[in-house]
Amino acid sequence: MFPAIANPSVSPDADKPRFGEKDIMRRSASEVTPPATRLTEVAKLIDVTKCIGCKACQAACLEWNNLTEEIGFNHGVYTNPMDLTPDTFTLMRFTEWVNPETENLEWLIRKDGCMHCEDPGCLKACPSPGAIVQYSNGIVDFQHENCIGCGYCIKGCPFNIPRISKVDHTAYKCTLCSDRVAVGQGPACQKACPTQAIVFGTKQEMKDWAEFRITDLKSRGFDKAGLYDPQGVGGTHVMYVLHHADTPSIYAGLPDNPRISPIVETWKGVTKYVGLAVMGFAAAAGFLHYVVAGPNKVGEEDEENAEKLVEGKAPPPPADPTQPEGRV
Amino acid sequence: MSAIDPHAHGHAHMPDHAHLPDDVEPGDGVRPGHPVQVSRYTLAARINHWITAISLVLLALSGMALFTPKLFFLTGLFGGGQWTRAIHPWIGVVLFFSFFILFVRFWRANLPAREDGTWLARISDVLGGHEERLPEIGKYNAGQKFVFWSMSGLIIVLIGSGIVMWDQYFYPFTTIEQKRIAILVHAVAAVCIICVWIIHVYAAIWVKGTFSAMTRGEVTGGWAWRHHRKWLRELVGKPKEPRAPAE
Repeated sequence: MFPAIANPSVSPDADKPRFGEKDIMRRSASEVTPPATRLTEVAKLIDVTKCIGCKACQAACLEWNNLTEEIGFNHGVYTNPMDLTPDTFTLMRFTEWVNPETENLEWLIRKDGCMHCEDPGCLKACPSPGAIVQYSNGIVDFQHENCIGCGYCIKGCPFNIPRISKVDHTAYKCTLCSDRVAVGQGPACQKACPTQAIVFGTKQEMKDWAEFRITDLKSRGFDKAGLYDPQGVGGTHVMYVLHHADTPSIYAGLPDNPRISPIVETWKGVTKYVGLAVMGFAAAAGFLHYVVAGPNKVGEEDEENAEKLVEGKAPPPPADPTQPEGRV
Repeated sequence: MSAIDPHAHGHAHMPDHAHLPDDVEPGDGVRPGHPVQVSRYTLAARINHWITAISLVLLALSGMALFTPKLFFLTGLFGGGQWTRAIHPWIGVVLFFSFFILFVRFWRANLPAREDGTWLARISDVLGGHEERLPEIGKYNAGQKFVFWSMSGLIIVLIGSGIVMWDQYFYPFTTIEQKRIAILVHAVAAVCIICVWIIHVYAAIWVKGTFSAMTRGEVTGGWAWRHHRKWLRELVGKPKEPRAPAE
């Protein structure tokens, strides 16, 4: 049993946010000086092996964030809605998987949502200053007043998480309940989880707790059990305990080796600098050419020749082999 | 030659002579005087050109605003980031159709001609302004043809990749990986087209007397003699076309 997070204190100081603007470590399309001291990194640990698929977390997320999901359709599977939406920040994804070793049917239930990457692809792709920020405790948050709805975050994200609202044309995703965490609470999903499949604390606490769980799982025969904290994105602030950590992709397509796409890195990196340089060079070359060669002016004799031509007195075209009568 | 020339049959007033000037477009004509005035672009062609030009400039400004944070302030010209994001693709649609009409107008005169090779081989004389060392040129020289075909190709690439990344209407039709490729292609093609645009505008600034072609539609005879002598000879040699009743 992981110790539960205490209920909120009623003392007047308790509602002062514990992190904010001054703790912004990265800001989209901006250069910021990171704070001198980093807050203790937080993390949410999702123990897939303990999840019973009750969707309490999904409901709690809607409730805390005051969201209403459209009434959908039954597609013959438990997953509902079928994908993340601008209103569904977290989604239980159900996979029926036959373990080839035991031939047992295993019901893999993964709570999908933002992973709060240490190296956030969404933030790197974002063109709008301050639409995405990363706090030094690891939370990656969207600032809707700065979002322009371009959807570049979707292309930057290695986990396919952000969704653009058709209502206000801004991007939405899990906030890791930054508003709750700021006053010392755990995220709403964690609070609602009846089996402690979701726990929240400092990143180190979560790693330690995961280690304990993995040891336990291994003792029960899940020898591939492990922690999902992918280093391709510098680690994440939402981690999974998986019974089959060697094959994350069986969990409804969890990426085996997530990283920011090299195409996105090229686009936001070398293309930007080379592109600006090439355009600047073209303009500078034109300017230099004008300075060196001077304007190309029509002379008096050109006008006279034209007048002669109209009067039928101009010299005929030279009999140059490069200029035959007909066209190619 | 004319018997197998596929372009020849399109001309309503085909002269008897086998030499058929493809470069002469409807509306081109010579008006004697001091100086001689040469009609180069019809009013419709000029309006068409300027709609395309304004679209291209607005697209470059709004596109560069989203391309690099250093230029994000340009979104202010369009009423903020949300407006820039929303309006950029629609300007692209205007550009595409406007340029398409321009393409239909100009493609024939931009087909390669034999003198283009010589012109390109003597590019240093071109840049030096030594027109006397260059062959006589039709309505467009190889540089202008390069601009025309580059613009045509790049606009196809840009509208194609642009639709793939136009999430508001086309999000479900492609994968995220395809959208990533489209964004990179779009950015590279945009850089290229801006460079082509710089060449185009610079040439018009450098070669004096050019600008009036796209404002009043006319150039002086001397300009045509200096830069497009073959076209001018064709115009002068053209038999008087009977005016159609509709005109």
